[in-house]
Amino acid sequence: MVFQYNKLQSLTIIACLLPLLLLLIDIAFNNLGANPIQALHMRLGDWSLRFLWLTLAITPIQSITNWRGMTDYRQILGLYVFFYATLHVLVYLLVDHALVWHIIGIDIIESSYIWLGILAYGIVFLLALTSPKWAKKRMGKTWKKLHRFIYIAAGAAILHYYWQLKGNLAEPLFYLIIIILLLSFRVAVWFKNRKFNKMMIPTGQKVQVIVAKQVVIPETIREPQVIVLKSDMKR
Amino acid sequence: MIIKTKKAIPASEITDPLVFNKRRQIIKAMLATMLTGSGFVPALANNNKPVWGDLPKSNLSNDSLLLTPAEIIKNHTNYYEFSFNKTDATTLAQNLPVDPWSVEISGEVEKPGSYYLEDILRQQTIQEYIYRFRCVEAWSMVVPWVGFSLGSLLKIVKPLSTANFVKFTTVYQPKIMPSQVNNAMLEWPYVEGLRMDEAMHPLTILAVGMYGDTLPKQNGAPLRLVVPWKYGFKSIKAIVKIELLKRAPTTTWNKFAPNDYGFYANVNPAVAHPRWSQNSERQLGSSFFTPRRQTELFNGYGEQVASLYSDMDLRHFF
Repeated sequence: MVFQYNKLQSLTIIACLLPLLLLLIDIAFNNLGANPIQALHMRLGDWSLRFLWLTLAITPIQSITNWRGMTDYRQILGLYVFFYATLHVLVYLLVDHALVWHIIGIDIIESSYIWLGILAYGIVFLLALTSPKWAKKRMGKTWKKLHRFIYIAAGAAILHYYWQLKGNLAEPLFYLIIIILLLSFRVAVWFKNRKFNKMMIPTGQKVQVIVAKQVVIPETIREPQVIVLKSDMKR
Repeated sequence: MIIKTKKAIPASEITDPLVFNKRRQIIKAMLATMLTGSGFVPALANNNKPVWGDLPKSNLSNDSLLLTPAEIIKNHTNYYEFSFNKTDATTLAQNLPVDPWSVEISGEVEKPGSYYLEDILRQQTIQEYIYRFRCVEAWSMVVPWVGFSLGSLLKIVKPLSTANFVKFTTVYQPKIMPSQVNNAMLEWPYVEGLRMDEAMHPLTILAVGMYGDTLPKQNGAPLRLVVPWKYGFKSIKAIVKIELLKRAPTTTWNKFAPNDYGFYANVNPAVAHPRWSQNSERQLGSSFFTPRRQTELFNGYGEQVASLYSDMDLRHFF
């Protein structure tokens, strides 16, 4: 099996289909307003973005709660980003344009906001493709590097959203704030770790600097500390 | 005082529309009573009768267009004074008082003044104009407007030879229009403008109704401009002031984002908005899997208006 899930994970998978169900109900009851196709675009795009934020929220939650095994949830949510983004693209091609390629072509060439959408979708597509565990194993370090592109996808998706609006910024700004919060958490953790590393695991020249400084310190205290440092280095 | 034009005005347009409508209702009620012989049927028949029953259709009206359902036209309006959301605007716009209403006409005219809307209407030939309405957001609809020629109104106030542009201003009602209080996004009140020849063009109308009835508030009641070959934002709503000017006025959207929204704003599939294509449009009311419609130059009114721009580079004067 490529994917194996426990009960809670299976429940998550089903819950993530709820927005689609609600959308189908709204379609069935003609509840999408005067411009239903635009409403479809917005609903699917919004959900794709929301799942993107949820996916990005997994790492901070894991760091705060020390809850192990969150990566499986991250994979599920990440695949739902792909799922809703794919529906978003299909609605554009099939429902909005009925596959009339020359109109689609002109629309894409002339609309810069669509380029950003394509960029975001391309990244999400690649990430979904490399989502199975065997791909992760095979790719090794490149997997992590590739999956960091999600930040670019998030930025492009927000711009894609904002860029097609006539003026009102409120909603894309809200999404932007969320991503800034999620990213700033990562930056904070990164800084913290970096400082922590610097203090706790001295290497190379830094060790010599520390040792040199400690010459000033009275001998009785100095000696055991140096020993501790040396033993640390050997590990 | 306003001088009446020579044109023979049909009785239906001289009579106050409300009085006229009541007369029609009474006749219909009588007919219904005669036919059914019962008392309560006429009461039902009286409900929601349009103010303008059967109007003469303008010869500029395009009857071949398929009308967009009234419900869609009423619930898909950009009225940023109330809300950035199209349906919220519809609800909030109901608070706007539109009766009585007067319009100030001033500037380069012989007869400036403030005119009651009823007095203006009495002077004008009210007709039905079926036009395609194309928004810069790449959607379009077909609206059966009720209105009269702007040029015919301007002639009454006698423009001076120095009048080169017309400036329109929307009502300023900060107590009722939330965005005006917050100074949200655009500069209020909303201002639009036309060149004099555009304003005098027979296609350019002032609308007072839609679908045979008075204009819904969210659609710009009681008086709005309709310029069918231009993007919708030129067709300013709830007009309180019409000024004739020597120089081009600074218009609201043009001031907000001059690279995105030009002064002319002629519908032109060849000139894309900097961020999105104007080549095709979604026809509101069309079903799923209906392809977008290819946008026409001047929204399909090229034959009538192209000469106005024959010596202009439409890429520059977009």
